[in-house]
Amino acid sequence: MSANNAIVVEGIVKRFGDLTALDGIDLEVPRGTVLGLLGPNGAGKTTAVRILTTLLQPDAGSASVLGLDVVRQPNAVRSSIGLAGQYAAVDENLTARENLRMVGQLTRQSPSTTAARTGELLERFDLVDAADRPARTYSGGMRRRLDLAAALIHRPPVLFLDEPTTGLDPQGRNDLWALISELVSDGTTLLLTTQYLEEADHLADHIVVIDHGRIIAEGSASELKATLGTTLVEVRFPTVRRARIAARQLAAVGPTELLEAEATVSIGVTDSGRALLDVVRLLEAVDLAPKSFNVRQPTLDDVFLQLTGSAPAPESDESRGAA
Amino acid sequence: MTAVALPLPDVVDDGGDLRIPVTAVVSDAFAVARRNLIGLIRVPTTVVFSTVQPVIFVLMFRYVFGGAIRVPGVRYVDFLMAGIFVQTVTFGAMNTGVGLAMDLQTGLIERFRSLPMARSAVLAGRTIADAVRNLFVIALMVIVGFAVGFRVHTGVPEFAGAILLLLLFGVAFSWIMAYIGLTTGNAEAAQAASFPLMAVFVFASSAFVSTATMPGPLRLYADHQPVTATVNAVRALVLGGPTLDKVLAALAWTVGITVVFAVLSVRRYRQAA
Repeated sequence: MSANNAIVVEGIVKRFGDLTALDGIDLEVPRGTVLGLLGPNGAGKTTAVRILTTLLQPDAGSASVLGLDVVRQPNAVRSSIGLAGQYAAVDENLTARENLRMVGQLTRQSPSTTAARTGELLERFDLVDAADRPARTYSGGMRRRLDLAAALIHRPPVLFLDEPTTGLDPQGRNDLWALISELVSDGTTLLLTTQYLEEADHLADHIVVIDHGRIIAEGSASELKATLGTTLVEVRFPTVRRARIAARQLAAVGPTELLEAEATVSIGVTDSGRALLDVVRLLEAVDLAPKSFNVRQPTLDDVFLQLTGSAPAPESDESRGAA
Repeated sequence: MTAVALPLPDVVDDGGDLRIPVTAVVSDAFAVARRNLIGLIRVPTTVVFSTVQPVIFVLMFRYVFGGAIRVPGVRYVDFLMAGIFVQTVTFGAMNTGVGLAMDLQTGLIERFRSLPMARSAVLAGRTIADAVRNLFVIALMVIVGFAVGFRVHTGVPEFAGAILLLLLFGVAFSWIMAYIGLTTGNAEAAQAASFPLMAVFVFASSAFVSTATMPGPLRLYADHQPVTATVNAVRALVLGGPTLDKVLAALAWTVGITVVFAVLSVRRYRQAA
């Protein structure tokens, strides 16, 4: 395997009693790139991150970070990684400056390095004004920023972010996205988990979709979207009954999907102009007048729906509405 | 899979794991202790409550029940205070478990476990901070004791020995509570689980009354448990009389509890979810 990979995972299996959280996962993350690990709640994303950050031992398979084995060389791995988990793991009673100082000390930085780095991170993460207030007075967004800053104090070349924006308001999410993009442009390798489809779309170079502990798809955001056909034609009808009849007719144009709740038939096509003519002709033949037409590029939501047969976690609907 | 050569020569020691320097075991523990002490200062309620409770006990036993309790050959207030001191550090140990459970809940332990720090530091730092808190609370209780008529009947070295024994016993009980806190993983549950345990240790002991007044089986238990051993040793150190055997018995319990529960707690910490 290539020495250019910052993270390599081969056949990782993890079971908790009867539950198989990870069922043979392989990953390769080239240095300086961002991998988005996308999946619904309980897909195994956090388990994968906890194994890669030495917090959990795999039952089978192997994993390495910068060539360091996560099971045999945990301390070496720990000094090369930064982790920001699902909860902002900061000490509520300490100020931002004290939190960063503590993590700096525990990652064996010299006091002067830690002090300089702390100043720089407080500035960059917009925490200067709050730097000397206890973290319990912070907003959710500020805590997340402090948590991320704490993960960066020792300049780790590899960073793990487990659902970094869960629970943040749209503003907080956008701020954090901007910070993460900036980090990545510095050459940090990032593995990011998310159940927000657009978050992976926005931040990741390569996306791996997992569900029930297995990889069900991977590729760039555009590659994943392309698996659906390049364009979606959505035809809405006044009633579900008519939509159902139309779906059978329109199957001649391309792969169709009936969205019952919206009385809509969605068709994946490659040539949308041609497809529209065909749709109109077919509907005319059976005298079914549509209520509306919509031609659009597929989103990752569509990919997800097709791959898992179920809509993504409800939170991602909020995120879509919010962003 | 073989480790790929990588540009991090200062990190890897010939293919093995990075070594945590011995000095780091100490400095990491103090970094964590510092953080816990800052917490105690910023949220003084825990210190206040671990002081208010024993003060109430002093007043209650000195002035409400005390008149009805006869302990042959000694003023009750002198008898009582040794029990109060031990009660104070024993109940104070609950903070160790509750604090650790809270750190588990907030994800802070997860962060510590992902850092290249000594494994023992989180627990050791917590017990160091709790020993400092105990020293403060004991000092306060000594003042309260003097105010209600308690007097040391021996000398300064014996009294200093008593305080040291109390601190060590506090550390030992902190390890029991650390184990409970890490096992429950929930601050309220840790609190609820430790109270009955504390009660069984503190009230069924020689802390407030002589065990000679207790019925057979209870007396058998009370005479052979760590709180009684420590209370008897502290009492001997401040009131005089035969001392050495009692101090040795108390130290044996203290060391035994510390070793057993430190091992159990560290193991639990490694597995902590």
